[in-house]
Amino acid sequence: MKDFIYNLKKFRFLFWELVKKDIKLKYRSSVLGVFWTLLEPLLTMIVLTLVFSNLLGKGDDNFPVYILCGRLLYSFFSNGTKVALKSVRKHGSMIGKVYVPKYMYPLSAVVSNYIMFIISLVVLAGVMIFEQVKITVYLLQAFIPMIIILIMTMGVGLILATFDVFFRDLEYLWTVFLMLIMYTCAIFYKVDNLKTAANEMIFKCNPLYSVISMFRDAVFGRSIMDNSYNLWFSLCFSLGVFLIGILVFWRKQDKFILYV
Amino acid sequence: MEEINKDIPTDEPVAETSVNTVPADVNPDIQATGEVPAPKKKKKKKKKLPPKVIVVENLGVRFRIQEQKVDSLKEYFVRLVKRKLNYKEFWALREVNLSIRKGDRVGILGLNGAGKSTLLKCIAGVLKPTEGSVTVKGNIVPLLELGAGFDKDYTGAENIFFYGSMLGYSKAFIKERFNEIVEFSELGSFINVPVKNYSSGMKARLGFSIATIVEPEILILDEVLSVGDAKFRKKSAKKLTKMMKKGVTVLFVSHSSSQVLENCNKAIILEHGHVIASGKAEKICAQYEEMIGVKDTD
Repeated sequence: MKDFIYNLKKFRFLFWELVKKDIKLKYRSSVLGVFWTLLEPLLTMIVLTLVFSNLLGKGDDNFPVYILCGRLLYSFFSNGTKVALKSVRKHGSMIGKVYVPKYMYPLSAVVSNYIMFIISLVVLAGVMIFEQVKITVYLLQAFIPMIIILIMTMGVGLILATFDVFFRDLEYLWTVFLMLIMYTCAIFYKVDNLKTAANEMIFKCNPLYSVISMFRDAVFGRSIMDNSYNLWFSLCFSLGVFLIGILVFWRKQDKFILYV
Repeated sequence: MEEINKDIPTDEPVAETSVNTVPADVNPDIQATGEVPAPKKKKKKKKKLPPKVIVVENLGVRFRIQEQKVDSLKEYFVRLVKRKLNYKEFWALREVNLSIRKGDRVGILGLNGAGKSTLLKCIAGVLKPTEGSVTVKGNIVPLLELGAGFDKDYTGAENIFFYGSMLGYSKAFIKERFNEIVEFSELGSFINVPVKNYSSGMKARLGFSIATIVEPEILILDEVLSVGDAKFRKKSAKKLTKMMKKGVTVLFVSHSSSQVLENCNKAIILEHGHVIASGKAEKICAQYEEMIGVKDTD
């Protein structure tokens, strides 16, 4: 434990260097650079709104905001876990040479995606103003789902990073699994339109859906406690998965060097 | 001969520092220096020796090699259930005992696959030993092969911070020494060019400059002295000698006994994961040459 704190202090700077590197290099050779963090969700939102609102005739006035909320949170989760999954193997050559606390790699990957996610919230604010969504006190609740999703992504990322070292197949499996998560997150459709008992079960089982609907509640001026299941389920799930992640990573990390 | 302090496992309590749970049933045959431990111990006590900075006790590293290739997940599980995952066990290092004192420059000689790099990895703390223990006091800086650890999309300047942070330096420290690093690497305006456009010599120069900017207590050199052009090689050799004079402990891995002779005062020979000889550099290098010579004529 003493070692842990000592190393945390010693390698604090490395952690932020890793975070910085991810962000800096992501858009390095593009003309618009970091603006893509804003532009990309905005463009996706427009496409999704066009397809699902105008063509299919679903949704209401605030549909763009509705889509954007789901889309931003989901893409943080998906990017964060994908990068974390590859992070240990990506730094494999260094793992064999210099001692660095290995949890730095997946966690810094998640944090750098989180920072980009926070930046992209500017788009949400802009669209909210444009769509004249009433801004209420309830908006302050938004930080709860935002923290929960961070913990969840870290936990899932740690687990994935660990197993990816041993089973490279995981990368492809996870992409498929993410697709499943995406379609059960109700990003571009409204749950009310397809409510049956079986469907409801699916949404209740998806912790990411709970997080997204809490976030939407906050944005549209509802108390998240109106549907407290979302809060408790996602909170318990993310704490659980985070603990499991730490445990799995901790127990397997000494073996990484033999497999990377 | 009194200088030899690569420990021959005597009855002297070696592990004043390490918390070792492994019983010290060390095999005295390993360190076949052909010396009787007892008189040496007496001589040791007369001289005041510098403190031990690296103590390796009964170190063993086992790798498992799969005999049959299990290439699908299904097969893996089937075998796991049937408990038929056959591994061939392979000890890369076995019963290695060493203790290195402050200021020693130790050359590690051995043929390919003798376990040199595995030993260094254990000392550097990146590889957990299967058995035994490694106790290290002081910070270790490994000098790696040509710029491993650089990010190729980063510029030289950015890499200084990144690589420096990998080695555990603080931001303030790197900032303070930044100019010194750039100057020593002789990169000039290339420092703002992405590393992917560097020549291998330039990468090596930058790597060397960053790693040696701190005064490490223990320096690990894994066949890196042949870096850069002749001019830089001279410069880096000079810097290393300067560091060595300041009492830095050096671990130096090489195939070549002449390099070891040039840079080290002590040496060990590894063969098949065992230390087969240890002692003064001159003697060990001679023994090593003899060993290779014998193998050549075979």
